[in-house]
Amino acid sequence: MNPQEVIASLLLLSGCLFFIAGTIGLLRFPDVFSRLHALTKADNLGLFLICAGPAMRREPLCSAGLLLIVWMLGLLAATVSCHLIARRAVRSGQMEPRASEPPACVPRTCVPRTCASRTCASRT
Amino acid sequence: MMSLILPTTALLLLLNLAVGLIRVSRGPTPADRMLAALLFGTTTVAVLLLLAEWMALPALRDVALLFVMLAAIISVAFAGMPTTDEEEP
Repeated sequence: MNPQEVIASLLLLSGCLFFIAGTIGLLRFPDVFSRLHALTKADNLGLFLICAGPAMRREPLCSAGLLLIVWMLGLLAATVSCHLIARRAVRSGQMEPRASEPPACVPRTCVPRTCASRTCASRT
Repeated sequence: MMSLILPTTALLLLLNLAVGLIRVSRGPTPADRMLAALLFGTTTVAVLLLLAEWMALPALRDVALLFVMLAAIISVAFAGMPTTDEEEP
């Protein structure tokens, strides 16, 4: 068992941990945007670690280059998909009001439509 | 050691995919279901890379490259779809 294999195994296992963290975020987070945030970041870091594991053991440099290209394309695809899905979700009206913005209702008589958000709930 | 770690990691990633299916069934919006498709794209590539290493089949690495190039197309098609009644607030 040489040190290269130990490092490669550690990289693979930590990559797997990042994938699991992304899935937990996908299941537990409250709305589309935070799920998107958890999934795209954690999964691409996990993909990098899993690409780096086999690249550690390779003598020919070209297969390590192929793994690097796979990771770069994965980053590009995740960025594009994340932006497109988030834009579509915003346009179809799933965005809650932000904490910095005042809620879209008059105080006192306020029974806002979008009372699912925390800002409105603290006012009433 | 590597011959033990590689299938273990691939198995964990496959379990990860199976757990991600819960989000597909739970929804609630089509965008959430697309998130699961995004997870599938990344995890499939990782599993293919691990299998290429484990089974000593370098061709699977090219398959992973193909999958990762096709990953963005699903989302582009999804963004072009008209919005349905289900996602209206």
